[in-house]
Amino acid sequence: MTVLRSTVLGARLIRLRDDEHWLGRLMLAPAIAYIALLIGFPFFLALYYSVSDITVGGRTMSYVGLRNFLAIVQNPTFIMALKNTLTFAFVSQILVLILANVLAQALMKDFRGKWVVRFLILLPWVAPISLGSIGWLWMFDSIYSVINWTLQAVGILDHNTRIMWLGKPALAMASVITVHVWRLLPLATVILIAGLSSVPQDIHDAAAVDGAGFWRHHFQITIPLVAPIMTVAVLFGFVFAFTDMIVIYVLTRGGPYNSTQVLASLAFFTGIDGGDLAEGAAISLFLFPLLVAAAFAFLHLARRVEVT
Amino acid sequence: MAIVEARNIRKYFGEVRAVDGVNLATREGEFLVLLGPSGCGKTTLLRMIAGLEKPSAGEIVIGAQVVNSLPPRARKIAMVFQSYALYPHMRVFNNIAFPLKAQGVPKKARKEKVEWAAAMFGIERLLDRKPRELSGGERQRVALARALVREPDVFLLDEPLSNLDAKLRTAARYELQQFQKRIGTTTIYVTHDQVEAMGLGDRIAVMNEGKLRQMGMPQEVYDEPADTFVASFLGSPPMNMVERNNDIVGFRPEHLLPTEVHGTSEHLVTFQFHLSRVEHLGAGRLLYGLLGAPFADQKVIANLASNVMIVFQPGMSYTFAVKTANLKFFDRATGLRIEPRPL
Repeated sequence: MTVLRSTVLGARLIRLRDDEHWLGRLMLAPAIAYIALLIGFPFFLALYYSVSDITVGGRTMSYVGLRNFLAIVQNPTFIMALKNTLTFAFVSQILVLILANVLAQALMKDFRGKWVVRFLILLPWVAPISLGSIGWLWMFDSIYSVINWTLQAVGILDHNTRIMWLGKPALAMASVITVHVWRLLPLATVILIAGLSSVPQDIHDAAAVDGAGFWRHHFQITIPLVAPIMTVAVLFGFVFAFTDMIVIYVLTRGGPYNSTQVLASLAFFTGIDGGDLAEGAAISLFLFPLLVAAAFAFLHLARRVEVT
Repeated sequence: MAIVEARNIRKYFGEVRAVDGVNLATREGEFLVLLGPSGCGKTTLLRMIAGLEKPSAGEIVIGAQVVNSLPPRARKIAMVFQSYALYPHMRVFNNIAFPLKAQGVPKKARKEKVEWAAAMFGIERLLDRKPRELSGGERQRVALARALVREPDVFLLDEPLSNLDAKLRTAARYELQQFQKRIGTTTIYVTHDQVEAMGLGDRIAVMNEGKLRQMGMPQEVYDEPADTFVASFLGSPPMNMVERNNDIVGFRPEHLLPTEVHGTSEHLVTFQFHLSRVEHLGAGRLLYGLLGAPFADQKVIANLASNVMIVFQPGMSYTFAVKTANLKFFDRATGLRIEPRPL
C-alpha cells in the first residue's frame, strides 16, 4: 500500500518536474513572495497611511482623504526639503555624469596597473554606505577634519581658521553632495565602461579618418552611442538621490536649519522620530508619481535611441 | 590625387611581426589591391597608411610628404571599413555630411555635396533613413558616399565587399571599379579574395607573413608567380606543385590536359596520370589523381573545360601533358622562382 502511494507521488513529482509551465511558476515563487512581502506590502501600507491619521502608538485610525498632502505642501520645512531634494539630486547627478564620463574614458585606455585603479574606483560601491559616510563625517569634523588640517599644512588656511564643513548651510549641502557623488560614481563609471566597450572600434576609427577632433568625436559620436546605457545610470542615480537618506542621516541629520533636509530624511524624522506616521507616509509618497513618470520617460528614451 | 608610398614599413605587436619591412608605391590614380590570407598584415598596413596605427619603423609617404606624425584627419584620405562603420545614431544624410562638418564646410555647400555624393551611388532616396533600416548593399553605398564626399586624395578600402552576399558582390565589384575609373582617385583595396583582386586591381600586391611577396598586374602575378606562396595562393584550385630533385615544378590545373587536347606543334611534357576522382562542376570538371614516374605518387589536379568531351574513369591511367612554357620552377629550399630547366 505505502509502496504504491509513494510511486504515485513519485510519478506526480516527475510530471511536475517535466512540466515547464508549473515548474517555472514554482521557481519564480520565492522572488515574487519576496517582492510582495518586503516591497509591495509596505508600499500599499504607506499608500493607506498617507490618507489616514495614524500615529505611532495611536489606537485609532480613520480615513482623512488628502488632508495630509494639503498639510505638507503648506509646511515651509517640506517646501525647503523639496527644493533641497531637487538640488541634491540634480547637482549630484550632473557631477556624477561628468566625472563618470571622464573616469570611464580614462579607464578604457590601456595603462600599467589599470586593474588596481579599477578596483580602487569600485571600492566605495562595495563598502557599506554607513561606514563610508562615517569616514567622511570624520573628515568633515570641524576640529579634527583632515581637510582643514591639510589646507592649514599647505598654507591655504591660517592656523586659527577652521572651516565648519557640516555647520554652514551651503557648505553642508556641498559636503553631502560630495559624499553622494563619491558613492554613486563607481556604479555610473562601471555602467559607462560597459557602454563604451560596446561601441565597435571601427566607428571610432571612421570618426578619426573622417576628421573629427576630440570634442566632436566625443559629443557627436561617443556620447550619443552610449546615451541609452547612460540613461540607465542616470535613472539609477536619480532614484538613489530621491529615495536614499543614509548619507544625510549620518552626516547632518538634515541640518543645519534643515538646509540639507531632503524628502526621504524628512519623512523619516516626521514619521518615525516624530511619530506622525500619516504625514511621514504622505511626504515619502509625494514624489512617487513624478519618479514613476521619470522612470517611464527614461526607459522609453533609452529604447528609442537604442542602436543596432 | 596622390601617390602613396610605404618605405621599409614595420609594425610589431610585442613578439608578433604583423608587417615586417614592406616597400611599395602606388601609381597616380591607380587601383592597387593588397591581397593575402588573414593575418598576413595587409589590414595593418592599410591602417598605418590611414594613420590609425603607428608604424614601429619606416615611413609612410602620401603625395611626396612623410605623414608618419600626422593624425588620420590631416592625411587627406578616406576609408571604407569592412563593417562600413556607419554612425548608427545618424541619418544617412548626416552620416555622409559628417566629414564635411568636421572640415567646417558651410551648411549650404554641405547639402549640395551630400546630394552629389548620394547621386553618385544612387542613394538619394535613402538620405532620411537610419543605417539600421538599410540592406547590406545600401549600407555599403552609404559608406562609399561618405568616403567620397570630401574628395580625398586617396581611398582606402578594407574588404568592403566581404559582408555582401555572393550575387550582390559581383555587381558591387563592377560598380566599384567603374566608380574608381570615373573619379580617378588613387585607391588601395585590401582583400583576401583572389577573385576580387584579379577582377578589380590595376596591380596586385601579394602579402604573406608581414612581407610583400610580389607586386604586379593581375595576369602577371598569376602567370609569373615570384614564389611558391604566390603560386599557390592565386588560382582555384591552386597550382600543382611537384617535387623534383632540389626543385619544385609548378603548373596550373587548367594547363594539365589530356595529350590529345594539346596542339601537335607545341613543346609538351607528358605525365602518366592515375585518376582517382572526378568532380563535375557544371562549367567543367576537376580530375584528382596521382602522377606516375618520375613524379611517383604526387597529387595533382587537372581542370578541364566543358568543351573537352573525353570520358574519364576513376581508377584508370591516362596520358596528360603540360606545355613546356607553362611549367614554373621554384627553388625547393627558398621557394623562390628560378630559371626554367629541362625536365
